[in-house]
Amino acid sequence: MGLKERLAELREEGLQEIRESEDLKKINQVRVKMLGKKGPITNVLRGMRDLSAEERPKVGQFANKVRDELTAAIESKRAELEQAAMNAELEAETVDVTLPGTPVAQGEPHVIQQIIDQVVDLFVSMGYEVAVGDEVEQEVYNFEKLNLPKDHPARDMQDTFYVTPSVLMRTQTSPMQARMLEKHDFSQGPLKMISPGKVYRRDTDDATHSHQFNQIEGMVVGKHITMADLKGTLKVIAQSLFGDKLDVRLRPSYFPFTEPSVEADITCFNCMGKGCSICKHTGWIEVLGAGMVHPNVLRMSGVDPEKFGGFAFGLGPDRFAMLKYGVTDIRNFYQNDVRFLTQFDRKG
Amino acid sequence: MKVSYDWLNEYLDLDVEPRDLAEKIARTSVDINDVYSLSDGLKKLVVGEVETCEPHPDSDHLHVCSVNVGEEEPLQIVCGAPNVAAGQKVIVALNGARIANNQKIKRGKIRGVESNGMLCALQEIGFSDRIAPKAYEDGIYILPDDAKPGESVFSYLGMDDTIIDTDVTPNRGDMLSIYGNVNDIAAFYNLKPHFKEVAVEENDDQATADLINAEISDKKIAPTYKLRVIKGVKIEDSPLWLQIRLWNSGIRPINNVVDVTNYVLLKYGQPLHSYDYDKLPSHDISVRHARADEKFVTLDDEEQTLNANDIVVVSGDQPVALAGTMGGQATAVSENTTSVALEAAIFDSVMVRKQARRLDLHSESSMRFERGINPATVETALNEAAQLISQLAGGTVTKGIVTGSEKPAESKDIELSLTKINHVLGTNLKMEDVTSVFDQLAFPNKLTSNDTVLVTVPARRWDISLPADLYEEVARIYGYDNLPESLPVMTRNHGGLSPRQRFIRATRHDFEGMGLNQAISYSLTTVDKAKQFQIDPVAEPMKLDFPMSSDHVATRMSIISGLLIDIAYNVARNVNNVALYEEGRVFIPRGGERPEEQEHVAGAITGQLLNNSWHITDQPVDFFQVKGMVERYLHNMGIAGKIEYVADHSREEMHPGRTANILIDGELVGFVGQVHPQTAKEYKVPETYVFELNLEQLMKAKKIENEYTPISKFPTITRDIALLVDTNVTNEEIVDLIKKRGGAFLKDVHLFDVYSGAHLSSGKKSLAYTLTYQDTNATLTEDQVNQAFDKVTKHLQEQLNAEIR
Repeated sequence: MGLKERLAELREEGLQEIRESEDLKKINQVRVKMLGKKGPITNVLRGMRDLSAEERPKVGQFANKVRDELTAAIESKRAELEQAAMNAELEAETVDVTLPGTPVAQGEPHVIQQIIDQVVDLFVSMGYEVAVGDEVEQEVYNFEKLNLPKDHPARDMQDTFYVTPSVLMRTQTSPMQARMLEKHDFSQGPLKMISPGKVYRRDTDDATHSHQFNQIEGMVVGKHITMADLKGTLKVIAQSLFGDKLDVRLRPSYFPFTEPSVEADITCFNCMGKGCSICKHTGWIEVLGAGMVHPNVLRMSGVDPEKFGGFAFGLGPDRFAMLKYGVTDIRNFYQNDVRFLTQFDRKG
Repeated sequence: MKVSYDWLNEYLDLDVEPRDLAEKIARTSVDINDVYSLSDGLKKLVVGEVETCEPHPDSDHLHVCSVNVGEEEPLQIVCGAPNVAAGQKVIVALNGARIANNQKIKRGKIRGVESNGMLCALQEIGFSDRIAPKAYEDGIYILPDDAKPGESVFSYLGMDDTIIDTDVTPNRGDMLSIYGNVNDIAAFYNLKPHFKEVAVEENDDQATADLINAEISDKKIAPTYKLRVIKGVKIEDSPLWLQIRLWNSGIRPINNVVDVTNYVLLKYGQPLHSYDYDKLPSHDISVRHARADEKFVTLDDEEQTLNANDIVVVSGDQPVALAGTMGGQATAVSENTTSVALEAAIFDSVMVRKQARRLDLHSESSMRFERGINPATVETALNEAAQLISQLAGGTVTKGIVTGSEKPAESKDIELSLTKINHVLGTNLKMEDVTSVFDQLAFPNKLTSNDTVLVTVPARRWDISLPADLYEEVARIYGYDNLPESLPVMTRNHGGLSPRQRFIRATRHDFEGMGLNQAISYSLTTVDKAKQFQIDPVAEPMKLDFPMSSDHVATRMSIISGLLIDIAYNVARNVNNVALYEEGRVFIPRGGERPEEQEHVAGAITGQLLNNSWHITDQPVDFFQVKGMVERYLHNMGIAGKIEYVADHSREEMHPGRTANILIDGELVGFVGQVHPQTAKEYKVPETYVFELNLEQLMKAKKIENEYTPISKFPTITRDIALLVDTNVTNEEIVDLIKKRGGAFLKDVHLFDVYSGAHLSSGKKSLAYTLTYQDTNATLTEDQVNQAFDKVTKHLQEQLNAEIR
């Protein structure tokens, strides 16, 4: 048998073995066996020196062709087997994608904090500064400078935790009105401030009363601030917190530190004004107190009521949260049951 | 105030439904609590005439009555009331009737006798004990003889009237009378009220001054004090119309004299008091402050112990009434009274308020004295009451009023500028808009210039004294709904959060990002809890003067104790994985008038940070997890100084072996560790780890400049080293030594293993570190690293007696 025939035979043998290889190990063996230094093709080529000079290049060419063919077949088979092996491996790695994902530790802001941040951010965007006051306050700032002299009947509206006759747990965030009026430099423009914080009342805790709760005080005092500005501002708060379709109405009320004083109602967001149990069938929900800063308050803080005026309002984040989320017991806010705390942080 | 719609209609031509009126009052005057009729929810209650009344054959107290209810046949009704008798007109609940508490009446048998309804007491048709006349306390109510059988009882009892229950703000004392309500409603509906005053007829020749004398030396207590005397009265029940007025206003009818005083109180807002003239110990009347520990028995038969702030009306020197608050038992009008001394006064509002508050004797009278009295109607009310008593109780009114003091009824002139009104309200009102408001209010006014008007405020509106008060009148009568809406004009101050506020927000967001939920706990706690877990303990917390509950008497000096209360609350409800943080104030007394208020942040974790899931289980929180949070937080806040965690064994509430003080440049800023098991037991919490940091110090601390450090392009070389050291050698000592002796190329020391246990001899532990070397300017050679590493190894062996493994 000539070398050429031998090579052709080896080609057929090789291709057959390649076809029959079932795994990467086998195909590797075939490669070593067929194409290796001790393999039959190399062996055949070694016999070429006995060939004539004429035949030698022909056989050499043919040998190279056989080698290339086998190499290509091996590579192709290898790729095929590798793909199969990868597929088998992936198959084996299959998971139940319906199993729950690994939990991620993520805490949530308190619902009252969320309301406070929302209101604060709203007012910051309208150019208000945020003024935070002391929770243990001087009686003078909590009452006297807010036009609530000693023996004023309105003091009975707010049962107070006194520490000494001149020091108390602040009953409202309103002391910041007087403190900021005293501090503000009106030559730099109007005072626009928002003041959130904790306040305290001498109350027995029950579903609707808490000896500790929160308030947000707002005040704007300048040369051209009107009650229409107050009405517009209150509407912005109501719509940004409860929905942009809501309306605001004002009713007369009484606070010693504002005159005129009003109570602000918003359209009941539950029934949109049709009347339901939340709004006691009135279509309106009382949300905050407000008014035009009383001239006595301005005067006591060294601001001339003839030149300057403005509005103030106070709202209760606790009440807002109760209304917004249907919380019926204010104590929930201060018991910090994790199952309660983690219900409110939905940003979408 | 419970305002009767019928009564208002006596003086106003109201062309509006009661509910609409109430709504208008709420929008213009004062808030409304409720609008209701006594007949709400009731039905099939008719007048019946008891024709026969026989004892029940099978009972010792029941009666079997035959009752004419206007039908052809009388109804047989069994009745248990002791006062039922033939000939009475009574309230009959027919078969199918609804009575109080939504109870339905059905025909049935009572002890074998058929009963086709029920004869009712006032309480059974919804009258509260506070307003039902005492005379019928133990039985059914008897209607007047002229009641017609079969007709609804509602109109006979005034139960079809609508009551508008107003919530009067402290400034609007004038709205605590029918008179005030009539004036305000007339103003906002622009009506002319036809208010009727009743003139007095002095039908007795005797002069009042001969019978009684009033001298008020302390006019501060009683700026106005007036008396009349009515002789020869006969005490009886009042006529039904008067009783109806009272019970619809929430006041119980008592007798004709007392009822008249209450009626006049409601009508004018002027409290009156009637004394039994013959029981007065002396006829020289005055007022004075009580003496300390003076005793006085009030109408309700309670002995009150007075103090020097209280005020009393005295006869001779003997107290006969707590001025403005409650009369005395000894001189009260009773069924035997024949002569009445009638008092109309103004008592000092503050003194009355303090007295009523201290003795817990709030009454219709005290409430009105507290909110102020119209000086213009003191005498009107006194005269009208005297006249009504004389009419209803048959007495004679003696000549003249005895006046002990008198505050004149003064009106106030206030000048207003139209420009200013529009400036405050944001409106574009014209002068005639403004003057028409004052015309409607019946405030006389006249123009003083094109822009100014002088308004005369009558004495009946004593709440008004400033232009701002009149702006409010304009705004509310003009209508708040008609005010335009705008926002304050833009200005050059930009607002925004201060650095301090941003720091606090970042703190909150950081801990939320680490898995802690924000808690808000109570700042007021017990003295013991206030003192616990302080970062830098001081002796005593600030205490309340007069706390409400023993749980809340002092201001907290740490946040942790509140968080432990929260954890106990959760654990008691089977929520066992709790991770909380709180940011808020603590109050540190420093000897000043007020304590220093510090912002702190604290955390408390028990159980696991995450609930077990199907493939991650049992990772209970430990010291290092919580410390890791603190480390990360301090890293995020960019604290520039040296942060140290120093073992602390001294904190009573903390585990002595698992607590570290946190220092920045040697200054104590907080601590982290495990709550002492004994303390945990007291709080009823399981193993819990906590931290607390003083944010004031963190905010003050120097911060790292935020500057980019280029990343070296030269490779790093690492060396691992495992050391066997005595257990008391700390990681910090080793790391400090490595860093000190590590040479210029040492960039990082990373602890990757700690082992102490069975394979090591006792008293020893093994720690393993990776040391990373890098030259920022060149490639390091092995030799350079080996040299540096050998030096460190040598120092560890020599100075810490470390065995290199």
